[in-house]
Amino acid sequence: MTLAVVGDVFSPTPDNRPRVRTRDRVMRGGLHLFLIVMAIGWLIPVVGAIYSSLRPYDETSRKGFLSLPDTLTLQNYRDAWGQGQMRHHYWMTALIVIPAVLITLLLSSLVAFGVSRFTWRLNIVLLLLFTAGNLLPQQVIAQPLFQMYKRIPLPGFLSDTGYMLGSTAGLVTIHVAFQIGFCTFVLSNYMKTLPAELTEAAMIDGAGVLRQFWQVTLPLCRPALAALATLEFTWVFNDFFWAVLLENQGADRPITSSLANLGGQFFTNDNLVAAGSMLVAFPTILVYLLLQRQFVSGLTLGASKG
Amino acid sequence: MSDRSELQERGATTVGATTTFDRRGERRRFSQLTRGDKSVLWLIVGIPTLIHLVFVWIPAIATVVLSFTDWDGLSPVSQIGLVGFQNYWEIFTVFRSDVVSAGINNGFLVVFLFVGPTAFGVLLAYLLDKNLRGGRIYQSIYYLPVVLSLAVVGFIWKSVMYSPSQGVISTVLGRTGSGEQIDWLGDQTHAFGFGDYGISKNFLAILVAMAWRHVGYIMVLYLAGLKSVDPSLREASAIDGCNEWQAFRRVVFPAMKPINVVVGVITVIEALRAFDIVFALKSPRGMDLLSILVTDNLIGEGGGNVGRGSGYGVILLLLCLGFIIWYLANNIRQERRS
Repeated sequence: MTLAVVGDVFSPTPDNRPRVRTRDRVMRGGLHLFLIVMAIGWLIPVVGAIYSSLRPYDETSRKGFLSLPDTLTLQNYRDAWGQGQMRHHYWMTALIVIPAVLITLLLSSLVAFGVSRFTWRLNIVLLLLFTAGNLLPQQVIAQPLFQMYKRIPLPGFLSDTGYMLGSTAGLVTIHVAFQIGFCTFVLSNYMKTLPAELTEAAMIDGAGVLRQFWQVTLPLCRPALAALATLEFTWVFNDFFWAVLLENQGADRPITSSLANLGGQFFTNDNLVAAGSMLVAFPTILVYLLLQRQFVSGLTLGASKG
Repeated sequence: MSDRSELQERGATTVGATTTFDRRGERRRFSQLTRGDKSVLWLIVGIPTLIHLVFVWIPAIATVVLSFTDWDGLSPVSQIGLVGFQNYWEIFTVFRSDVVSAGINNGFLVVFLFVGPTAFGVLLAYLLDKNLRGGRIYQSIYYLPVVLSLAVVGFIWKSVMYSPSQGVISTVLGRTGSGEQIDWLGDQTHAFGFGDYGISKNFLAILVAMAWRHVGYIMVLYLAGLKSVDPSLREASAIDGCNEWQAFRRVVFPAMKPINVVVGVITVIEALRAFDIVFALKSPRGMDLLSILVTDNLIGEGGGNVGRGSGYGVILLLLCLGFIIWYLANNIRQERRS
């Protein structure tokens, strides 16, 4: 140890420098190689799904997966779209996701705005309540919630069944209740970074709290709202558990949970399932590719999502 | 990554800060507001809080209460009878093999996620933090699976990777012939076991698919945390003669404590609430999980046992509770310090 240090001190500098640089370059090269190999491996399932979804089943089963295609066709997509009744399920998804995301963002920005005006103690109690609620596994509340939903009546225009169970409104409600926690947490952190003078000035000019919220604070939160909207869209769209549990009749399930319809009883066409999976995955992948920055910043703003 | 938006910069700072509250009275005191404003504030905070309480916390408490009853979910609420610990007694005697094998799988999942994908996600974040050329592209690729639902991940792996007759893995191994196929997701024999229990082979197969999605999630969180570490800390450790591993282990990792807690809690909770991927594959034997036991007693074939189902829910709650409290305590401590 001592020897090495002594040697280092006495060795001439010009001799030392290029060697370090070469070593550095080799290290960087190795790093890139590692990351590229991993990245290719990471893409195999998705690229493989796209590839097999474009080929007829009897061709892949005859020639194997690793073979050049004779025919590339969209037939699997057509079949999946029809057999999975995807138009209907996509429509149900839109009826759930759009209201759920909008209501969640509105309510949580109201809470985030509101708690900043309360005393510190009440403020922390509320935010801890929301954070803890957001971390609970859904299964913990599943039993009582199911029984509640079975018994809470809804007017006919909100529910075909007459109850919250099996209704779109019921699914929207549970998404809102669960996601308010995360969004409030993120938005209250974000609002803290805004200068308090802005709302103070608005108040001196005679604006009430609602007007301060709507015209001063909310427009400034646009970046955070955009980030949360992309995240929440994906989370609500990807929900499987609530849809399976609360949309218990199956026919009106949103798209993610309707995928199971594609698996035949005895025979499963893998290429058809791949095509169906890609059809379901398409909206989230598209949002991710277009709005990647919002996506990542939303996650890092919160960093609390369980 | 020089073109980070303003938002991301804010993000990088709020990651470490977690919940931040203003104590120093920069904001106006509540008492200074007019009466109209006060009631509006109570409403805009109260209504969403009420929704959250009614649909999340009241059911959570009700789970605990119902686990001490014999309710079948059909008879009127007024006729629910208390049975003490009978449901728990049944769970740990009559249904012992169910709950033990589910518990083993959930426990193994926690350990696996930590030593596998969580550690690997941290490694990727650390490497991508070196500002390599093309770092953004790598990041996008590793993160891609996170935007897919776990149910879709299950279907993709089932049909593309694990298909016995034409899947990628079987093809690479050359085991697609009719006599030599491997039933990746159906083989419930134990890969390693202890007594009657063990970890099934098909459960291991599904863990790989879960890992594929978990890595990117942790990577993005950790990368944001790494960006918020004061660079002078690393410079100081380099001057003091630390090698890279020492600098990470002794300097960077401890400085990232808030984000470490977040990553730890997320990993545990994800492992305990794991459900979608197994349920989407029609819960094959060997993939038993506590979450599946809860729903089996609700909508499954032996359904309608609210008491026992709630009992399983309470077990899940107790397992999570410690970690949730740890996380919250950490938040408050941070808050006090700031």
